[in-house]
Amino acid sequence: MKDVKYVPQRDGYGYGLLELCKTREDILVLDADVAASTRTNWVRDQYPDHFYNLGISEQDMVGTAAGLALGGMIPYVSTYGVFLSGRAFDQMRTTVCYNNLKVRFGGAHAGISVGPDGATHQALEDIALARVLPNMTVIAPCDSEETRKAVIAAADLDGPVYFRFGREAVPVVTDESTPFQIGKARLVQNGKDCAVFACGAMVYEAMAAAEELAKEGISLRIFDLHTIKPIDEETILAAASECGCIVTAEEHQISAGLYSAVAEVVVKGCPVPMEAVAVQNSFGQSGPPEALMEKYGLNAAGIIGAVRKVLERKA
Amino acid sequence: MHTDLLDLCRQMRQDILEMIHAAGSGHPGGSLSCVEILATLYFDVMRVDPTKPDDPNRDRFLLSKGHAAPALYCALAHKGFFDRSLLPTLRSLGSPLQGHPHMSSLPGLDCSSGSLGQGLSIANGLALAAKKQGRNYRTYCLMGDGEVQEGQVWEAAMTAAQFGLDNVCAIVDNNGVQLDGTTAEIMNVEPLGDKFRAFGWHVVGVDGHDIKALQLAFQLAATTKGRPTAIIAQTVKGKGVSFMENLCAWHGKSPNQEELAAALAEIK
Repeated sequence: MKDVKYVPQRDGYGYGLLELCKTREDILVLDADVAASTRTNWVRDQYPDHFYNLGISEQDMVGTAAGLALGGMIPYVSTYGVFLSGRAFDQMRTTVCYNNLKVRFGGAHAGISVGPDGATHQALEDIALARVLPNMTVIAPCDSEETRKAVIAAADLDGPVYFRFGREAVPVVTDESTPFQIGKARLVQNGKDCAVFACGAMVYEAMAAAEELAKEGISLRIFDLHTIKPIDEETILAAASECGCIVTAEEHQISAGLYSAVAEVVVKGCPVPMEAVAVQNSFGQSGPPEALMEKYGLNAAGIIGAVRKVLERKA
Repeated sequence: MHTDLLDLCRQMRQDILEMIHAAGSGHPGGSLSCVEILATLYFDVMRVDPTKPDDPNRDRFLLSKGHAAPALYCALAHKGFFDRSLLPTLRSLGSPLQGHPHMSSLPGLDCSSGSLGQGLSIANGLALAAKKQGRNYRTYCLMGDGEVQEGQVWEAAMTAAQFGLDNVCAIVDNNGVQLDGTTAEIMNVEPLGDKFRAFGWHVVGVDGHDIKALQLAFQLAATTKGRPTAIIAQTVKGKGVSFMENLCAWHGKSPNQEELAAALAEIK
């Protein structure tokens, strides 16, 4: 995997919003004083009529977005995922999801790769908080291009949508022609020994792990499970049945995130051994993103370890 | 109109008490304190048509103090959004009259509510949408005085002023009593008018049980440009039922058969 291009996922969020605002009057973008971080400043500068800065008030921002949605607009509320899903959880639950409103949540700075800002700014619980809510769609795209597509594809979806995307420049593994369908896991590469379901930047790490393991004759069937809710049960069950074991990989707590979502499907329809690459019930800390990913085992090496373990259990 | 509204308020109070008695639970105190506010809004001020509950140009009402749902249900039923025969189903399994308002269950509700402190933000969003779309509807948001202890209310107060939302009108049902005691002893919210004024709002103080005064206050709100209006309505919790008035014990308690009879006798 040489010559891979690195682009921050948040750029994809910005590009997607720009495309929407270019052609549609009903798209609005809200931010809580981190527009330069979430890339909504691009909208602010190019389409000022589509942009509102609500100041440092996540709860009010989500409530305001709910009102805008009730008034027929499609608001994209944008701030760090940790504050969006945490600080404004009640607003997300009782005002947006209970009313099934078309509010789109842009959860930036997802995962531990946020780096030096440390644990307070690293969203590691947002998939859990978002996916437990009725009516919510949860999307964790794998790169900037897929983030762009998700932002656009979700515009007309019924009900609320939560996106999570990272801060750092990460490998771009899809291009304009790569298919993206909300609710449908994307097959990244075929294989037979173990199925890997990953989201976010962990998709690239899974591809790197597969390259290494291929040298030993172990083949991975990798899926980009960008939509965590509603989850693609059909694809998960087929992979469980055909590969006989599963590894999940996410930049999120091990509880209630992608691992749990996949396990919920597997135990119901096709129980097979599973291993998780995830944060093990701890907070993050400051440090260079790559060093943090290594320390918390969120990389190709971590995935290789999990594959070996699950293959032992399978046998 | 005025005499009719007085009659309507009496009828609403009777309905509220009967509904909460039938349900065996609910919030009489804060429902009875906002009867005149709701009657004035729905029967004199707001442009709403029960045959077109989804009209995009209708005025909007947000019951941010969602526990006063019985009062709102009465206003909507009397207005004709649904049949009054539904009122006794309050809080029963499968009823569209949920314990706190659920928008998609019942025509005429402009939003769900029940978690306090959220309505004003929603009102602001609707008001922004109106300005964006060139519609001239107004949004009204009724809050409790205890409710303004929620920080989000003041975030929203800043937002309404920042964006010059003169199509927003907040009403505080200032009955002075919350679940655990008086607002003065639990967490003082006064001086409410000064607080909203300091946040950039046009403020009108009014007797919240005086329909003429309320009508005037809503007129002042509608003609004030460039900033939102807060109507601080002085009210009595449990208004109309002497043994319920000003007592936190009646915040969330259903009257038994005897209490209901005594209360209805006072209202008639």
